Amino acid sequence: MASKNDPFQFQEFDEAGDLLEANRDATTISIDDEDVKPQKQSTATGFSTEADTEDPLANDDQAELLSGQKKSPSFWSFEYYQRFFDIETHHVKERIIGSMMPWPRKNFINVYLRRNPDLYGPFWICTTLVFATAISGNISNFLAHQGKQDYKYTPEFRKVTIAATIIFSYAWLVPLAVWGFLLWRNNKMVNLVSYAFMEIVCVYGYSLSIYIPAVVLWILPFNWLSWCTVVVALCLSGSVLVLTFWPAVRDDHPRVMIAFLSVIVLLNMLLAVGCKTYFFTTPGNKTVTPANSTT
Amino acid sequence: MAASEEASRSFAGLSDVSISEDIPVEGDISVPVGPSRRDDEFSTLDEPVKDTIMRDLRAVGNKFIHVLYPKRNSALLRDWDLWGPLLLCVTLALLLQGGAADHEDQGGPQFAEVFVIVWFGSMIITLNTKLLGGTISIFQSLCVLGYCIMPLTVAMVVCRIVLLFSSEGVITFAVQLAVVVASFGWSTFASTAFLADSQPPNRKALVVYPVFLFYFVIAWMILTYLLQQVFSKRTQP
Repeated sequence: MASKNDPFQFQEFDEAGDLLEANRDATTISIDDEDVKPQKQSTATGFSTEADTEDPLANDDQAELLSGQKKSPSFWSFEYYQRFFDIETHHVKERIIGSMMPWPRKNFINVYLRRNPDLYGPFWICTTLVFATAISGNISNFLAHQGKQDYKYTPEFRKVTIAATIIFSYAWLVPLAVWGFLLWRNNKMVNLVSYAFMEIVCVYGYSLSIYIPAVVLWILPFNWLSWCTVVVALCLSGSVLVLTFWPAVRDDHPRVMIAFLSVIVLLNMLLAVGCKTYFFTTPGNKTVTPANSTT
Repeated sequence: MAASEEASRSFAGLSDVSISEDIPVEGDISVPVGPSRRDDEFSTLDEPVKDTIMRDLRAVGNKFIHVLYPKRNSALLRDWDLWGPLLLCVTLALLLQGGAADHEDQGGPQFAEVFVIVWFGSMIITLNTKLLGGTISIFQSLCVLGYCIMPLTVAMVVCRIVLLFSSEGVITFAVQLAVVVASFGWSTFASTAFLADSQPPNRKALVVYPVFLFYFVIAWMILTYLLQQVFSKRTQP
């Protein structure tokens, strides 16, 4: 294949193409190689073409790839967080349903997350729960005071901020504490099961999803219905959490194990009962209204 | 190889082309220099102020019309601007204030809270869209989300006018509720018509849901304001 009389032919492409045809299984270094998991090839390539066209950071990333080196994106870059949004609609649906139905042998992290924790679910479930709690609490206050003539309806907008603080700190600080605790116990004894921080955040975020329909049900002014819902939601959400963390502490000292699991359940219970009593009124209860507080 | 030989063959003929000497070639190679049109577009110093302002106002108004009839055209995306969203946000925040005779803390959202919710919410949704791999830029997304608040602002204006002229009653509130719900649906539909196209189909629902939540919260703020007005009218003699 002399190149004397065809100045328009690039010989390198030809040879590389021949190489690949000869042996498809050979590992050839290709510029478009990316560090992706094998089952996500289609989404990953879709990613790279879309991200390259409009994201200048992605072009920098490609420049790094072209130089032959690949380093994991830094904590302060956009790509670091894009990794946690690599999911599709049906994944989110499956994870939400899985968090509502605990199964004795199924560990949420192993079955649903499979080393691909996402931040989409936890964040939007928490945000939805914040607004659902504030709005449902407002509606339940309104319905509870229907008969009274001197009732002045207020939107109680401050409660959104309070709800946001409570729910987001539960969804982020408790996983941090759990992760720290598991790390400490892992140092003391060899454990085969260890969870990444993002996976723990993911479990906690998805375990809050059962409370969204529960909160909506709390609008109805029936005391027995509200407390039944609380108990059911607590059981489901608590058991998902316990089943997830059971393999991590199974080999530990029994007292430590029991203490750890009961703290998890207790915090969950505190959140549910606390939100119920603070934001909601049923006929016969006293409400906590911010209109009484001075600015 | 064969293609290159053909190519060099077709190029070979060109070297024989020459202009025959008995055909006179004449013309004028000077470029007409007049008031060059390209210059006018960039220097707006020479035009009257009214023209400058009217051009921007016309662009904003044009986009309002595009929100009213959300077809699949890209004018909102191509020439984005943030004047419209700012105007709508300020109008909505002002309309959600007071109106009550007493100036105590009504418990409704303050001006700054509405502002923060609208802009912070739009920013978070834009970030979400980009993290999920959307091809739309930050400002285009902010522009679309801001302009699609228009149906809700219009509903707010209509409901306040209704409150002024009609007596308080369940029917009035039901009408207002219907108007707000319809405008919420319209806003969500209009913005997803623009935003959802930039996503692969297996993630469309993941992008649409936060937009739905955003307009739901704004619609809720409007509804609570109306409810509060209805009740304050009822308790006043």
